[in-house]
Amino acid sequence: MQKRLANWGNYPAVASDENVFTQEAQLRKFVVSNTHMIARGNGRCYGDASLGEHSISMLRYDKVLAFDKENGILEAQAGVTLDQILDIIVPHGWFLPVTPGTKYITLGGAVASDVHGKNHHVDGSFSGHIIDMDIITGNGETICCSHTAHTDLFWATCGGMGLTGVITRIKFSLKKISTAYIKQTQIKASNLEEVIRLFDEYKHYTYSMAWIDCLQKGDSFGRSILIVGEHAAPEELSAKQKEAPLKLPAKRKLSVPFNLPSFVLNTFTVKAFNWLYYGKNYKKEMHKVIPYEPFFYPLDAILHWNRGYGKAGFVQYQFVLPLNKKEGLVTILKRISDKGWGSFLAVLKVFGQQDSLISFPMEGYTLALDFPVRNGLLPFLDELDEIVLQYGGRLYLSKDARMKQEIFWNSYPNAAKFAAIVQQYNTNNRFVSLQSERLLLTK
Amino acid sequence: MPTVLLLGAGSDMAVAIARKFAAEQYDIQLAGRNAAALQPLQQDLQVRYGVTATTHDFDATSFGSHPAFYNSLPVQPDVTICVFGYLGDQEKAQSNWEEAAAIINTNFTGAVSILNIVADSYAAKGQGTIIGISSVAGERGRQSNYIYGSAKAGFTAYLSGLRNRLFRSGVHVMSVQPGFVNTRMTQHLTLPPLLTAQPEAVATAVFKAAKKKKNILYVKWHWKYIMLIIKSIPEGVFKKLKL
Ligand SMILES: Cc1cc2nc3c(=O)[nH]c(=O)nc-3n(C[C@H](O)[C@H](O)[C@H](O)COP(=O)(O)OP(=O)(O)OC[C@H]3O[C@@H](n4cnc5c(N)ncnc54)[C@H](O)[C@@H]3O)c2cc1C
Ligand SMILES: NC(=O)c1ccc[n+]([C@@H]2O[C@H](COP(=O)([O-])OP(=O)(O)OC[C@H]3O[C@@H](n4cnc5c(N)ncnc54)[C@H](OP(=O)(O)O)[C@@H]3O)[C@@H](O)[C@H]2O)c1
Repeated sequence: MQKRLANWGNYPAVASDENVFTQEAQLRKFVVSNTHMIARGNGRCYGDASLGEHSISMLRYDKVLAFDKENGILEAQAGVTLDQILDIIVPHGWFLPVTPGTKYITLGGAVASDVHGKNHHVDGSFSGHIIDMDIITGNGETICCSHTAHTDLFWATCGGMGLTGVITRIKFSLKKISTAYIKQTQIKASNLEEVIRLFDEYKHYTYSMAWIDCLQKGDSFGRSILIVGEHAAPEELSAKQKEAPLKLPAKRKLSVPFNLPSFVLNTFTVKAFNWLYYGKNYKKEMHKVIPYEPFFYPLDAILHWNRGYGKAGFVQYQFVLPLNKKEGLVTILKRISDKGWGSFLAVLKVFGQQDSLISFPMEGYTLALDFPVRNGLLPFLDELDEIVLQYGGRLYLSKDARMKQEIFWNSYPNAAKFAAIVQQYNTNNRFVSLQSERLLLTK
Repeated sequence: MPTVLLLGAGSDMAVAIARKFAAEQYDIQLAGRNAAALQPLQQDLQVRYGVTATTHDFDATSFGSHPAFYNSLPVQPDVTICVFGYLGDQEKAQSNWEEAAAIINTNFTGAVSILNIVADSYAAKGQGTIIGISSVAGERGRQSNYIYGSAKAGFTAYLSGLRNRLFRSGVHVMSVQPGFVNTRMTQHLTLPPLLTAQPEAVATAVFKAAKKKKNILYVKWHWKYIMLIIKSIPEGVFKKLKL
């Protein structure tokens, strides 16, 4: 049955049949008897990476297989979502080694995008914490790969956007914590220069990121708030928090029930930022101990916030530039603020070194922001792409819905090597997404 | 800890029910045609909820094996939930006896065969709960699925009789009448979202209703009234409808 499927940006939307699997035998049978299929997790990538002619829904392939509480190792099927994993591990004093800004993604999606978190400069991306994983490749074989076995398949799968096959099982190591709380520090920066300096000054913190106000010009260009954090130690908690240091207070979720006109979300973020920036506290630096949820997943508190962008949807634009190219950041931010089309807020983060085949992160600055879909947006983003390329940067495939193929091939240094490994495992063009067709990675 | 036996444990609905009862600290016995395929679920229940889960080979249509199956369970379950079912292909079943028999034997005969055994055991002990997942399709025969519907109708009548018989022995029997549920069985159909339940919602409803010793449970509740209307259409009119 054909359904309308779209990912988090609501753009693009396609008709696709959704095939749900709970057992390996059924899944293998489907893989070997069809072509042009793509695995889909929770659809939290923004663009078209998990959209295709036939989609394989992994959401019910969600069994947790083992949890070693002494050594902090979790083994699970690929469709389990991070929020379910957190519910299992946090009470036992363990945390995800790397987490993106939403917990509503699957483990398979975390691997296929090789996700990064606010701790990339310290802990790298998700792939660094995988012990081993199983993949059903194009000929229906299940191959177990790791940092030492079938390494070509392993590295083409981490960040490989589902093109080597369907990841079915993942075993990975967790991070030890002693409380479910984060000791957070917020520092105001009056412009871009300052925030970049602050990133360096605070780089010993495990977690860091900054919200940038894209509308400011002149001296306040790049006005921002740097937020850094560490897992809190038990003695740092308040008396109330100490009662159950590994348990979070229960919270109610708000939801955006339908598509709102797109100015609503912008108004909301503007208010939130100004509240943070000018709010009750005028101090330059603010400290507090907060539950891990608002620290890592501030947007998850509002389910379906993407509907705030309205029916036409939005695209998220995320790029990375090398450390020595921060002038590129200025150029791009200026272009965006001059145009006035971007979201009011952008997220800035510094990546540490990364040595992988096709994953997005590389040492440098990464910036992410939303653009509501409108006439003229795509040509404008093409212009930005050229600047990113010129400064030796690249775009995140997981957020991409529109990049031209030559941008991809010219910006990812291992593109050809990656494509060759994909060809080897993706027999008969079994795994094909809208994105892989657009980027000419598959036929 | 109390124990639940799930018959037909591999389906999406059964997984959701297993997780709900496990979350409430019931041990779980998973029975299905391929016990090995139930192992990931067994591990999942143990890791997530810290309960004991076991897997067992069980085929609803190999009637002769049912007594041995039930007697070999490691402990006698306190609650037995009959989840298995087979929608089949109506058009094929109209002229192909094998398909028709598979539908009838899975949804009706197989259920009677195993639940007779469970019922006797519970009656002798004077306690226990039997839950049968039937269907609103059994409330009136329609051209599009009357073989499945009539088998479910038989199952619904069986459960009602069983409830009547076991009431005095202190054994509770609950019939569950789901409308549309979003599962593998229905993944290729277009279902009206407002009338379609998620397996997790069915599981929660089943658990709550069982606690309250409800006799008949409709999920979602709208179905109770929809079926009242459908059942009230005079047969002379009904037979002309394309349903
Ligand atoms: C609010 C928000 C914040 C975010 N923050 C971050 C962030 O900080 N850092 C970051 O890195 N990302 C971030 N993301 C992006 C998100 O983490 C990734 O897009 C992730 O891959 C989504 O996973 P998913 O399970 O939803 O998969 P989908 O979106 O459905 O699919 C994503 C890709 O994974 C592939 N895939 C999924 N499952 C499998 C499988 N079992 N086998 C093979 N391939 C598979 C798909 O084919 C597709 O290519 C954010 C997204 C949102 C909505
Ligand atoms: N989905 C709906 O809309 C809906 C509506 C009303 C009622 N129902 C009823 O709800 C129950 C669960 O349905 P579902 O939607 O989850 O269906 P499903 O995914 O098709 O599952 C049916 C289950 O029954 C099992 N089964 C079939 N034949 C069997 C046999 N001979 N012996 C043992 N097990 C057998 C299957 O086992 P295998 O895994 O071995 O194949 C499968 O686990 C069924 O009784 C169904 O009739 C469903």
